[in-house]
Amino acid sequence: MPVSMIYPEFEIIRKEDRCIHCRLCERQCANEVHRFDKEHGRMLADEAKCVDCHRCVALCPTRALKIVKSDHTFRPNANWGEETIHDIYRQADSGGVLLAAMGTPKPYPVYWDKILVNASQVTNPPIDPLREPMETRTFLGKKPHQVHRGPDGRLKNELSPGLSLDTPILFSAMSYGSISLNAHKALAKAAEKLGICYNTGEGGLHEDLYQYGSNTIVQVASGRFGVHKQYLNTGAAIEIKMGQGAKPGIGGHLPGAKIAGDISKTRMIPQGADSISPAPHHDIYSIEDLRQLVYSLKEATGYQKPILVKVAAVHNIAAIASGIARSGADIIAIDGFRGGTGAAPARIRDNIGIPIELALAAVDQRLREEGIRGDVSIVAGGSIRESSDVVKAIALGADAVYIGTAALLALGCHLCRSCHAGKCNWGIATQQPDLVKRLDPEEGAGRLVNLVTAWTREIKEMMGGMGINSVEALRGNRMMLRGIGLSDRELSILGIKHAGE
Amino acid sequence: MVIQAELLDFQAINEAIRSAGNSPVEIHGCCGQRYIGDGLADQQVEIFGTPGNALGAYLNGGTILVHGNAQDAVGDTMNEGLICIDGLSGDATGYSMRGGSIFVHGNVGYRAGIHMKEYGEQKPLLVVGGTAGSFLGEYQSGGTILVLGLHSKDPVPVNNFCGMGMYGGRIYLRAEHLPSDFSSRLTSRPAEEADLKEIQPALEQFCRLFGESMEEIRKKPFYVITPNSSSPYQQLYAAK
Repeated sequence: MPVSMIYPEFEIIRKEDRCIHCRLCERQCANEVHRFDKEHGRMLADEAKCVDCHRCVALCPTRALKIVKSDHTFRPNANWGEETIHDIYRQADSGGVLLAAMGTPKPYPVYWDKILVNASQVTNPPIDPLREPMETRTFLGKKPHQVHRGPDGRLKNELSPGLSLDTPILFSAMSYGSISLNAHKALAKAAEKLGICYNTGEGGLHEDLYQYGSNTIVQVASGRFGVHKQYLNTGAAIEIKMGQGAKPGIGGHLPGAKIAGDISKTRMIPQGADSISPAPHHDIYSIEDLRQLVYSLKEATGYQKPILVKVAAVHNIAAIASGIARSGADIIAIDGFRGGTGAAPARIRDNIGIPIELALAAVDQRLREEGIRGDVSIVAGGSIRESSDVVKAIALGADAVYIGTAALLALGCHLCRSCHAGKCNWGIATQQPDLVKRLDPEEGAGRLVNLVTAWTREIKEMMGGMGINSVEALRGNRMMLRGIGLSDRELSILGIKHAGE
Repeated sequence: MVIQAELLDFQAINEAIRSAGNSPVEIHGCCGQRYIGDGLADQQVEIFGTPGNALGAYLNGGTILVHGNAQDAVGDTMNEGLICIDGLSGDATGYSMRGGSIFVHGNVGYRAGIHMKEYGEQKPLLVVGGTAGSFLGEYQSGGTILVLGLHSKDPVPVNNFCGMGMYGGRIYLRAEHLPSDFSSRLTSRPAEEADLKEIQPALEQFCRLFGESMEEIRKKPFYVITPNSSSPYQQLYAAK
């Protein structure tokens, strides 16, 4: 047997005086970490298989378990860290491209944490959202440049089709295949209860979820999986996926092993065959070509649906967004490089793209300068972690935000970043029926509703503190933001002043 | 219903087609209007002239006949139905089609049949009477592509990178030999009687549609091309 040079990253601490040998941990762990040693009457653990997902810890009836990072160490080295060394061992063992999941764990700057929000004092007094009306309803889509009135003086309704959200938050695209049907059901049910939308991702729409169509954004990606007329007509909006923050410039593939049963049926591809979404749309080489896809979708759905175009935040995002705004798209979704994924090559995830905060500010600024900001709405995603991130994103120019990782956390995800293994013990990023059923869609929906409701309340309180009673008045209101510890260059890109100015 | 297309934009043309309900539609003087017939089902549309890009995208049934050339992305993501082009067709013809048939009398451009896929009873068919540009059947994961190379002096009726990244379905080339850059990730063999029997109905339909002769088609052999793996990425990764 070849020697493994990788020492397990975690240690499983089992308090023997608490362990009652119920073997629940053994049954709960799809990674087969725990096992019962009959001879000596005790539980054993193979730490090498542990991904630190806390399933056993959370379910242990006597709290006998905890997982800690191993303090086993290489000779300390500021240049060659443990992870780097392990990665080299893995690649030397396998010859493979390193595959990882969820957003980058690298310590890049998080600009949300370097931005502070204003509040009113003395003048323009704060508003108490519990006492006074506070509007969070958000309309996404093209806005008219001017209003027209009929001979009777009434406004003529010349609005393009759009999305109406009760709060400026949407669940971002996660495909059926990358996550389980129960996870999709929870997202769909929650979106309906919250008056917002979830997004199918590029894996098609399961037949049980057509009933949530008016709260569904259906995605069209380069592979066109599960895309057909009924699918397009069912969604409240159609999103063209050009890119994803976690893996700009590359496509996606769901391995054939995961294409079974309903996934095969929903993606409309044979069982066991890979599901490959190429990096480019092979009919899109220009903004003019993008326009063609936008309009072919509009024609096919009778101009009833707003079209989103989702792109990863990359270096020239402002120019790209300007092109998209001119392509006929109604909404631009920008996904920052800290965004999550079910699987991406680690080097791409950790090194490609730019932060959403800078991208968003640059796009909003550019579209304003060009006088086309009203032609599109902007949805920002790529690591929106809490309600204050939402407030800051809107003040930087977003109309609404996409949340993915936060939504999965609400469903029980513990960010073990092992989605690509398909053995999610929390029933989210897996297709194993015994694991999927651990996630109860009703309960999951309830938790998602709680999360978004709580965030909305916090958003209202922060808006109230600023003396703002409508999310409309917060949008692009950069006077409400100040930077802390940022360089002049960063401040100028964000379009905000430094704290104290 | 007859639509005189010279002064109409695509929206007006499509509105007119939809308003015709189930009665057949003829479009005369078509000159590059895009998106014609997108998302249609169960209608008969006959086009004289040159329809623009994305003809019959998301087609869900019915028939579109073109007397003339078509441009790019004909039948993009079509699900069912029949598109016949008595002329040439542009790039990405049949992009991601999942069902139905596209027959082209003449040549097609780059990336024809790219990402064609099949599911259950839905098996798309693309028949090209002339030659095909580079990247024919790229990422093809299902369905059948036939390239006949009729009236062409080239011994091989396709350009470079035929079947690149293909992981399902079949390509039939009527050719004297395989393309010189034939990918090692594909397998091929001369078509046998059973293969020819399988494509016979498609060839007969092609001859009927465009007045070509089966005798002429039979003068050259066919090669059958299939991928050698349905999971080409399996060995590429190491889990972190």
